[in-house]
Amino acid sequence: MLYAVLCYNTEDVTSAWTKEQDDKVMRDLTAVQRKYVEAGKLGPVARLLPTTAATTLRHRPGETVVIDGPFAETKEQLLGFYLIDCASLDEALEFARELSAANPAAGSYEIRPLSLYKPGELAP
Amino acid sequence: MTDTAWIDLALVSARPQAMGALLRYFRNLDLAEEAFQEACIRALKTWPTNGPPRDPAAWLIFVGRNSGIDRVRRQSRETALPPEELLSDIEDRESELADRLDGAHYRDDILRLLFVCSNPVLPATQQIALALRIVSGLSVKQIARAFLVGEAAMEQRITRAKARVTAAGIPFETPDASERAERLAAVAMMIYLVFNEGYSAMNGPEGVSADLCDEAIRLARLLLRLFPAEPEIMGLTALLLLQHSRARARFDAHGAIVLLEDQDRQLWSLPMITEALAMIDKAMRHRRPGPYQVQAAIAALHARAERSEQTDWEEIELLYRALERLQPSPVVTLNRAVAVSKRDGPEAALALVEPLADRLSGYFYFHGLRGGLLKQMGRAREARVAFDRAIALATNAAEAAYIRKQLDHLAGEAGASHLHEDQQ
Repeated sequence: MLYAVLCYNTEDVTSAWTKEQDDKVMRDLTAVQRKYVEAGKLGPVARLLPTTAATTLRHRPGETVVIDGPFAETKEQLLGFYLIDCASLDEALEFARELSAANPAAGSYEIRPLSLYKPGELAP
Repeated sequence: MTDTAWIDLALVSARPQAMGALLRYFRNLDLAEEAFQEACIRALKTWPTNGPPRDPAAWLIFVGRNSGIDRVRRQSRETALPPEELLSDIEDRESELADRLDGAHYRDDILRLLFVCSNPVLPATQQIALALRIVSGLSVKQIARAFLVGEAAMEQRITRAKARVTAAGIPFETPDASERAERLAAVAMMIYLVFNEGYSAMNGPEGVSADLCDEAIRLARLLLRLFPAEPEIMGLTALLLLQHSRARARFDAHGAIVLLEDQDRQLWSLPMITEALAMIDKAMRHRRPGPYQVQAAIAALHARAERSEQTDWEEIELLYRALERLQPSPVVTLNRAVAVSKRDGPEAALALVEPLADRLSGYFYFHGLRGGLLKQMGRAREARVAFDRAIALATNAAEAAYIRKQLDHLAGEAGASHLHEDQQ
């Protein structure tokens, strides 16, 4: 069985970390990851950029609306995620639009840029 | 991280919300500050045993408000604060407050708080000092170090700033849409000034200036969370991130300036650049360009070049032209001259720089750039005069040292160029 582990925290607090505090957290997390990388168990690891970098495409059948900021509709739940390499936000939005057109249910796609880490390694 | 470090972090991040609400309630900076301090002391006492409250900002506002009222009434001894063990039991009342304080409340409180600090009756340095004290909660000692002045002088400056703000009368009602836009621009400028204070004070005590830059970025992100659809705030955040991404490469091991083109790009912070580029991408979709967005776009072109020879000077020159239209200033033209010199050579750039002499005669970079261009053109004697002017105007040791190096370099070539000039 594959599992997705989704990380939640208070952004107000994590964005108040100094660079030193942030670096230490990332180093400690990387040390944990490395153990599972060596066991061949860990797949991609991603750190999402702050919610201020997010764009949301809300979709009801027949219409889509693009808004700045994160997805914050608590009635809905996170059901899955994609990682896609796009040249621009417009391209990522186009991908989300195609997904929404194929999806009969109303819902949202939040586009959050990320800095990718190879598991067990720190980004430069 | 120590056991109570999480409390410090929670207090730092809740500060703008809590101070904003307490200021709205008490309408007095000193009283709001004292109330917040009192609430923090109580948090440090009760949170380790009771755990963090559901909404730390709401808890601090609730306790701070009670303690402030208590302070005001103390002489008449009417009401005392609830005892310590009761404070841990205020969950119900605090939850009620948290529910009433929705996002819009927080937003207006914080904006009001930032706006009070960026009140135009204050000179820029006092705006920054006040913001660092009130919004960021830096100590007077920390701020004094950042400004390279004595603690007593800074204390006086902040006291004077508070008095001026009080005398000017602060609007406390919720701002309407047009006021909000006006305030947002003033607040963005103030955050930009905080950053520049840190950026240019790099010869100060180690770390202090970087702290100011970090703080400015934190405030910009906070503002963006309050106003997620403002392209200029996205541009400002991106600009600060891009400037700060080069912090480790700007100086060599001896503290000497390393020019952008000579910097080791491996030292640039990739996560900051990634975030900034994403932010510019978002801003561009709005098609409402402004000065911060254009400056961020210029910085992004530098960030995108893997080696300095790959820099797109053509595009940078076009962006500076756009900036000249949006925000004309001789300094912007001076910066455009740098792009012109890279693209068309020093003669074309000098033609652009010379007419600025009247307005920029007291500006370090004007003489520095002019000297550099003259030097490139082989006009050593004039270059030396320009560098001498620059050195007299340098605001810190690193700037002076950089120019001295240029002068030494000229002296090294002196034999050859003297011969050259004598022949002319």
